[in-house]
Amino acid sequence: MNIHSVKRWFSRAGELVNEFYNAPYRSAIARAKRDEDDLFMLLVYSEIMGVPNPAAYYTLELQPLMLERFHEWHKRIGMEHSPLDHFRCC
Amino acid sequence: MNAIVMMLLGLGAMFLGYVFYSKFIAEKIFKLDPNFKTPAHELEDGVDFVPTNKYVLWGHHFTSVAGAAPIIGPAIAVIWGWVPAFLWVVFGTIFFAGVHDAGAIWASSRNKAKSIGNLTGDVVGKRSQTLFMIVIFLVLLMVNAVFATAISGLLIKFSSSVVPVWGAIFVALIIGQIIFRKWMGLGAISVIGVVALYILIFVGPSVPLALPETFMGVSDNAQWVLILFGYAAIASLLPVWMLLQPRDYINGLQLFIGLILLYGATLLLGPEISAPAFNTNTPEGTPSMLPLLFVTIACGAISGFHGLVASGTTSKQLDKETDARFVGYFGAIGEGSLSLATIIAATAGFATLADWEAVYSSFGQGGVAAFVEGGANIISQGLGLEANIAETLLTVMAVLFAGTTMDTGLRLQRYIFQEWGGLYNIRWMQKALPATLLAVGSCLILAFGAGGADGSGGLLIWPLFGTTNQLLAGLTLLVITVMLVRLGRPMYYTLLPLIFLLIMTVFALIVQLKGFYDKGDWFLLTLDLVVLVAAIWIALEASASLSKIKKEQKAEKQNG
Repeated sequence: MNIHSVKRWFSRAGELVNEFYNAPYRSAIARAKRDEDDLFMLLVYSEIMGVPNPAAYYTLELQPLMLERFHEWHKRIGMEHSPLDHFRCC
Repeated sequence: MNAIVMMLLGLGAMFLGYVFYSKFIAEKIFKLDPNFKTPAHELEDGVDFVPTNKYVLWGHHFTSVAGAAPIIGPAIAVIWGWVPAFLWVVFGTIFFAGVHDAGAIWASSRNKAKSIGNLTGDVVGKRSQTLFMIVIFLVLLMVNAVFATAISGLLIKFSSSVVPVWGAIFVALIIGQIIFRKWMGLGAISVIGVVALYILIFVGPSVPLALPETFMGVSDNAQWVLILFGYAAIASLLPVWMLLQPRDYINGLQLFIGLILLYGATLLLGPEISAPAFNTNTPEGTPSMLPLLFVTIACGAISGFHGLVASGTTSKQLDKETDARFVGYFGAIGEGSLSLATIIAATAGFATLADWEAVYSSFGQGGVAAFVEGGANIISQGLGLEANIAETLLTVMAVLFAGTTMDTGLRLQRYIFQEWGGLYNIRWMQKALPATLLAVGSCLILAFGAGGADGSGGLLIWPLFGTTNQLLAGLTLLVITVMLVRLGRPMYYTLLPLIFLLIMTVFALIVQLKGFYDKGDWFLLTLDLVVLVAAIWIALEASASLSKIKKEQKAEKQNG
């Protein structure tokens, strides 16, 4: 038994402990994060839906970055395609 | 008899059960298939469906099902002597709980990881699904009321535990922040957390705290019940990473430490069992052992609550279908071993029979306090720890378990209220805070309504809680049996436990009904009647759905 195998053993144990801590609450936390992300997306795309956004100048820049998440969102909500006529994503 | 013999017999039998019986069930009855694509892989989303290492999955399946219930039940039930409790825990674990838990995981994973509640709707029928919701609600209601009473009793009896119990919550809050802000690794913080908790336990006996005996006309028992529900309501509303997650983690570690300490001390000390094997001299007012033993010990022998965990979260994370055997069956064995440790503590932890009889002076007495006292005697003599520190240690363990179940239970009850709000279009009920208040309110009505103004009603309904829990297990067994029959496999391995459970439950409900009637306790009588109706309903549903399938299969044979 050398120092490497001990180290490997420790890192494996660390991984297991981390899993043990995180696994039970993974879904609750991911869900909460998803809710916050949705709110943020609403801010970024608010102009598209006719809600005035004072920070539009800045959020406009974010739109292309958020596109993938937008796609994920409308899929998750159960809509095959983008719900906005003038904003197609797929 | 020496407690070591009981320990080795019990653990040995359960181990053999795992090696042989669970192998038979997994391979011949459920036919678990290592190549089956489990929902964790099929629907993997990184949120709910995540393939998880089987040891990790076992760890949190076990820690989320093992709470205070496998301690309280056996600790009350040894009043009939240690042999009945021992046999029911060991054989219940092997032939009932293990099959039930593994079966619930299997059934759910074969149906896109749906919860047993939804599965009942799909497999048995819509009516049964409604029934399922009602039974779940009753179980949660009772478990919260019972545990609040049990904790308040412990906090008053062992005032040295007040500081460590509430201190543990602060430790959890701090750990939550440290991990959330990534100030330290989990390994280091686990050690620090456990050390901090044990320092609190050592300090506890020198700073005993007690509430005033009456405050504005409210007894200390009732004050604790109110404080506990206040705490549970707040805890269930906080984001989970703040308190629930670190506290569950510390509890998980505590569970393993506690089991090692209890079994280790028993091995080192080898105490004689002072309680009688069969108690022929039961105190007045003790109900007959048959059928009440089988509902007094629910968790630890078979518990419907496990089905909720197994089908709610565990099945969504199952990596390989064959893991269901280890996670489910061995999880049940973990819980059985906690109950076995409780039986040892509550029967071998007292020096003489007279000491034991003094604690078990009437039915419902003893209970978790007997576990603490007896266990503390064994630990202090076996490991040389001071008696009051050992007492504080076990009290903290039991209280933290019960507390965890309480705020998880309250959270689940809140979801049910919110769901009802959605179903019947009641706007305000869909919000978190009002729904939580409704949940707390219904529990308080039960805790005070059942036993008067001092809030001691909780423990009166313990057997009733057991019955409801067994009904839930019965529903899960029914789902598994129906699935097996549809697949043309042998059904007796789940049908016989189901029939046994239903008979014992109905029998126990009728016995209790008479008890409540004699006492004139109309509140509990009504509750008993509700549960009785549910039990009979389940029995009817079971026979109806099974005979329907048999007929269908017969018709198919004739046609084909």
